[in-house]
Amino acid sequence: MTPWHNALVATVVSALALGAAGCGGGGTPTSVVLVTHDSFVVSNSVKKAFERESGLKLRILQSGDAGEALTKALLTAGNPQGDVLFGVDNNLLSRALDGDLFEPYESPALADLDPQYVLDPEHRVTPVDHGEVCLNYDKAWFAERGLTPPASLEDLTDPRYKGVLVVENPATSTPGLAFLLATIARYGKSGWQDYWRKLRQNGVLVVDGWEDAYNVRFSGSAGKGNRPVVVSYASSPPAEVIFRTPRPAEAPTAVVESSCFRQIEFAGVLRGARNEDGARKLIDFMLSKRFQEDVPLSMFVFPVVRDAALPPEFERFAVVPSSPLELPPAEIEANRDRWVGEWTDLVIR
Amino acid sequence: MDGPRDPLSSRAWRALTYGVPLAFLAIFFLYPLAAIVERGLFSGGESSALDVITDPVTRDVVWFTVWQAVASTALTIAVAFPATYVLGRFAFPGRSVVRAVVTVPFVLPTVVVALAFLAILPESLERGWIAILVAHAFFNVAVVVRVVGTFWANLDPRVSEAAATLGAAPMRRFVEITLRLLAPALAAAAAIVFLFSFTSFGIVLILGGPRYATLEAEIYNQAVRIFDLRAAAVLSLVQLACVALAVWVTTRLEARLAVRGQLRAERDVLRKPRTLGEKAIVLGGIGGLAVFLGLPLAVLVERSFAVGDGHSLEAYRALARPTAALLATPWEAVVNSIVYAGAATVIAVVVGGLAAFAVAGSGRRSRGTRLFDGALMLPLGASAVMLGFGFVIAFDRAPIDFRSAPWIVPVVQALVAIPFVVRIVAPTLRAIDERLRAAAAMLGASPGRVRREIDLPIVTRALAIAAGFAFAISLGEFGATVFLARPDRPTLPVAIFRFLGRPGEQNAAQAYALAVVLMAVTAVSVFLAERIRLRRGGWI
Amino acid sequence: MLRADDVNVRFDGKAALDGVSLDVGDGEVVTVLGPSGSGKSTLLRVIAGLQRPDSGHVLLDGEDLSSVPPHRRGIGLVFQDHALFHHHDVAGNVAFGLRMRGDAKNEVESRVRELLDLVGLAGFERRSVATLSGGEQQRVALARALAPQPHVLLLDEPLGALDRRLRDRLLEDLARLFEELRVTALYVTHDQAEAFALGDRVAIMRSGRVVQAGSPDGLWARPADEDVARFLGLGNVRDGAIVRPEAVTVARAANREAADGVVESAVRHGPTVRLRVRLASGETLDAAVSALDHPDPGDLVAVTIDPEGIIELP
Repeated sequence: MTPWHNALVATVVSALALGAAGCGGGGTPTSVVLVTHDSFVVSNSVKKAFERESGLKLRILQSGDAGEALTKALLTAGNPQGDVLFGVDNNLLSRALDGDLFEPYESPALADLDPQYVLDPEHRVTPVDHGEVCLNYDKAWFAERGLTPPASLEDLTDPRYKGVLVVENPATSTPGLAFLLATIARYGKSGWQDYWRKLRQNGVLVVDGWEDAYNVRFSGSAGKGNRPVVVSYASSPPAEVIFRTPRPAEAPTAVVESSCFRQIEFAGVLRGARNEDGARKLIDFMLSKRFQEDVPLSMFVFPVVRDAALPPEFERFAVVPSSPLELPPAEIEANRDRWVGEWTDLVIR
Repeated sequence: MDGPRDPLSSRAWRALTYGVPLAFLAIFFLYPLAAIVERGLFSGGESSALDVITDPVTRDVVWFTVWQAVASTALTIAVAFPATYVLGRFAFPGRSVVRAVVTVPFVLPTVVVALAFLAILPESLERGWIAILVAHAFFNVAVVVRVVGTFWANLDPRVSEAAATLGAAPMRRFVEITLRLLAPALAAAAAIVFLFSFTSFGIVLILGGPRYATLEAEIYNQAVRIFDLRAAAVLSLVQLACVALAVWVTTRLEARLAVRGQLRAERDVLRKPRTLGEKAIVLGGIGGLAVFLGLPLAVLVERSFAVGDGHSLEAYRALARPTAALLATPWEAVVNSIVYAGAATVIAVVVGGLAAFAVAGSGRRSRGTRLFDGALMLPLGASAVMLGFGFVIAFDRAPIDFRSAPWIVPVVQALVAIPFVVRIVAPTLRAIDERLRAAAAMLGASPGRVRREIDLPIVTRALAIAAGFAFAISLGEFGATVFLARPDRPTLPVAIFRFLGRPGEQNAAQAYALAVVLMAVTAVSVFLAERIRLRRGGWI
Repeated sequence: MLRADDVNVRFDGKAALDGVSLDVGDGEVVTVLGPSGSGKSTLLRVIAGLQRPDSGHVLLDGEDLSSVPPHRRGIGLVFQDHALFHHHDVAGNVAFGLRMRGDAKNEVESRVRELLDLVGLAGFERRSVATLSGGEQQRVALARALAPQPHVLLLDEPLGALDRRLRDRLLEDLARLFEELRVTALYVTHDQAEAFALGDRVAIMRSGRVVQAGSPDGLWARPADEDVARFLGLGNVRDGAIVRPEAVTVARAANREAADGVVESAVRHGPTVRLRVRLASGETLDAAVSALDHPDPGDLVAVTIDPEGIIELP
C-alpha cells in the first residue's frame, strides 16, 4: 500500500478507536446525565450552580420531542441513556410508568411542593413544573371590532366567533392533544364529539403544530395571521411582553382561563442509571428554589414549589388558572389513541 | 489465470474501495436499522404484521406517498429544467453565484421553509397536495440543477451540431440527442428527488394539513404517538422496500442509459449568449428560478428584520448575546454547525470518494457494483425516526456507545451526504480516459501512484464540489443532530427550532435571522468549493 | 531482446490473439502491419502488461514478464491520440516517468530539456499541452515515453491521427531518432508506407495471427499468400501466381485487333501511375507505369508481362 492508503486507513481506524476510547468505564462517576426533550432549557448560571454544589458535571442529552425522548427511554429501559429522565408529562405518564422505567425516589424537597402535582404515590416520578394549555386571544383584534373576547369553550361555538379559532392537530402536537383532553374533561366522554362538531361548523382551523398555529396563523404574534384565537400556553402572554421591542405596557394577548388544561412535567431516576446517587442529587436540585425560579423564563412553565417567586412579568401578565381542567393519567393512556382517532374522523375526514 | 483481471488495479485497493463504504454502511445504517426492526417485529405491539400490511389505511398511505413522490419529482424536473439548460449551455456573469444560491433551499430546515410558504401561498392553495408538490420542488430544484446541469455543461455540443448538419430540427435534436445523452444524469437526479419526496415528513404535515400522511409520518405516528413498535417496524420495512425498488430501477436505468465518452471540459462547452433570443433565454431561465426560489427566501429575510411594525437589525445583534433559549449564544451555534459539518464532510468525502472509485472502477458495470451503488443510496430513503431509535438501542455499549461518542453526529450526517459524493465524483472518474492511467503505468507509476498522479488531480474539482455539497447538507441536517444535541453545543438548525418553539416576537425574528445566517453560510461554502480549481487546465 | 511466445488472448470466446510469437532484437525496429481488428493493438497491450494473456509468455532478455506489473516492466508506450496529461504542462508530461523513477530534480530538468531538444520542441517546457498542435503533441508523447530510457518502446499507430504531410515529416524524424538512439521498438500501424519505411523487419497480422514476418524487401518479393499480397497492394493474382504491377508494360494500341484490353482507371501514386486494364477475358490487371505520357481511361492498350515479375505463391 502507498502512503496515501495508509493515511486513509489510519483515518478510519482512528475514527473507530476514538469511539472505543470514549467509553472507558469504572471508577466514581464524575458526571450525571439528564435525558430530556428538545424543549428543555436551563440557564447557564443555574446549571453551573448545580455542578458547583454537587461536584458533578451535568450533561444534557436531548433526544427529540417529548414523545421521542420517552420512546427512546422505553427502548433502553434497564440500560438507559442517562441517569435522569425529565419531560414526561401527565399525558404520557402512564405509558412511562407501565414501561417500568424508573427507580422510586422520594426527595426530601417534596415537602415544599404543592401536593396537587404529585400524581404517583410511589414516587417513581417527581413533578418539576407545570404549564397550562389555554386558549389565547389577540386583544387588539377584538377591540378593533368592538367584539367581546370569548370567555369560555362554549363561546367558540357561537356564530359571532365564526372562523376565529386555530387549533393544533392532537395526533401530531402536544398542546393539540391537551386541548382535545380539555374538551373531553369539560364535556365528558360522550359530549365532546358534539362540541367539536359545532367547532367544525364554526370554521375551526386545524394545523400540524404549535409553530404553525402560533407563529403563522395567530393574529397576536409576529406572524400577524388572521386567526385571533389560538391554542397555546398560559405563559404565552408574558412572552409577548418580554420579547417585544419596545416593551408594551400591557400584554397584547390574554388567555381564556376556563379553557386551560393542566400539564405537569415529571422527572425520575432511570432504572439502571450509572450514577444513581447523582441522579437523586439532580432531582433534589430540580426542586430547589434556584432551579424552580429559573423555569418560567427558560421554559415558560410554572414552578411546582410553593414559595418559588415568579418573575415580575409573570406576576403581572400571566394567569395561573386556579382550577384547570384535568383527566387522570391512566384514563388518558387507556383512551388516547381512540380519542385521537375519533377526533380525526370527526374533524378532519 | 491468477491475479486480478485488471492489471492497473490491485486486490488491496479494491478491498479498500468496496470494504470501507460497505463497513460504514453496515455499521452505521444496516445494523441499527436491523436492531430496531427486529425489536419491533419480535417484541410487543398490538397488531400483527399482516394486520398492518392489509390495513386499508396503510394502503392509502403507501399510495399517497408514492404518487406525491412521483408527481413531486416530475414537477421538480419541470421547474428546474429551464435554469438547468441555461447553466448547462451558457457562460454568463454570476453563473457560479447562481449555482451556489440554488443550493440554499435544499439545506434549510423544513419547518422554516414551510412557514415561509404558508406566508406567501394564496389561501386557497396553502393546504393540500399542490402546496406539498410546490414545496418539494422548491427544496429539490438544487438536485436537478446541479446534477444534470454539471453533466450538461460537459456534454460535447458537437454531437448535437453534427445532428443539425444531418438535417435534424432543433426539437428533434434536443429529444434524440441531448435528452438521450442527459438521460443518465436525469435518472440519477430523479432518484434523489424521489427519495427525498418519498420520505418527506415536515412538509407534508405542515403544508398538507392533517388529511395527508406519508409513510414516514405514519411511522412516526405509530412509533411515537401510539407506541406500536411492531406497526412502525412493518411500515419502515414497507418504506425500505419501496425505496430499494426505486433505487434498483433508477440505477439500472442509469447504467443502461449511460453513454461513455462524449465529455468535454466545461470551458469548451459553455459559450456566451449571442443573439437577443439567447439572452432572453438566459434571463428568463435564471429569472424564473430566481422568482420561484427567491420569494419564500425573501419572506424569511424580511421576517428576520421585522420588529414590531417596523424593521431593524435587532434580531441579528441579539445573536451575539446569551439567550435563555440556548446554553450558548446563537453565534456559537453557527461555529458548532461549521465544526460538525466540517467533520461530516471529511467522512463523506473519504468514504464516498472510495465508493466512487469502486463504482467507477469496474469497467463494465457489473450487477455487484450496481447493488453496491444502490445500497449507498438507501440511507436517503430510510425512516429517520426508526434509524434514530435504532442508534439508541444498537450503540448502547462499548465499543460504540453513542452517549460518549460525539463523533457519531457527523457520522450520521455523512450517511446522507455520501450518496451525493458518489454521484458527483463517480461520473468524472468514469470519464477519465483509461489510456491516461495506462500511460502513467507505462512510465513506471504503480497503481497507487496512478491514482495519486492521474485520478486524484483530475477528480479534485469534482471532489471539491462534492465536499461543498456535503458540507451544505450536513449544515442543514437536523434529524441526526438530535441524537446528540448537547445543549452546550447546539447546531444552527437546533437553535432555529429552539427559537421557533418559543412565543414572542423577538424569538421568531431570531429564528428567521439564524435561518438567514444558515442560508448565507451555505451559499458561501458552496460558492467557495466551486472556486477550487487546478492550477492548470483541470478537466471538468 | 523482446520475445512474445505463443500468446493467446480471447475476448468473449473469440480469439483476439491466436498463438502469436514474435521477436524484437536489441536495437531493432519491428513494425506490425495489419488492418484494424487484426489484433495488433492487443499484442502491444499484452507486451505492455495492460492485458493479461490467456496463455503464452512475454520475455524480456530471457526473463518472463508474466508476473511483472506494467509499471515495473521498463517498457515505454506511445498512444495513438497521445494520451497526454492535461493537468501537467509539457515539461510535467516529459518529466513524469523520471519522477516515478525518483530522479533528482535537477537531473529531471536537464533530461527534459535534452529530450525536448531531441524532438524539436526546445523551449516548450511551460506550455500547456492543450495549446499544442497534433504534431507537437505527438512529439511530446514520444519524448515522454523515451525519457526514462525504456528497454523497449512500443508505439500504437502514433501517426494515425495526423495529416499526411505532417505524418511524412514525423516519419523521417522517427526513423532518424530510432537510428540515433538505437531504440528497440515495436511499432504498430495499418499503413504499409509507415511499416516499410520504419521497420527493420515487418510482421503482418491478420485475424489474430502473424501471417508473415521478414525484411521489407523479402516481404515485398515473396508474399506468403494471396491475402498478404492483396494487403501489400499486389492485386494481380491469377492461378496461384502474382504478377507484380511494375512487371506489366502497357502501350497504346492502334486498333481493336492489336489491343489486349481497355484502360479503366489511371491514378497517380507519387512518381508512378497505377493503371487498371480490363482484359478481353473480363479480368483486370494492374500496372505501374512511370511514363508521364501514359494511356488514359478508355484507351485501347496492348499489355506485355515480364516473366521475372511473376511470383508463384507457395
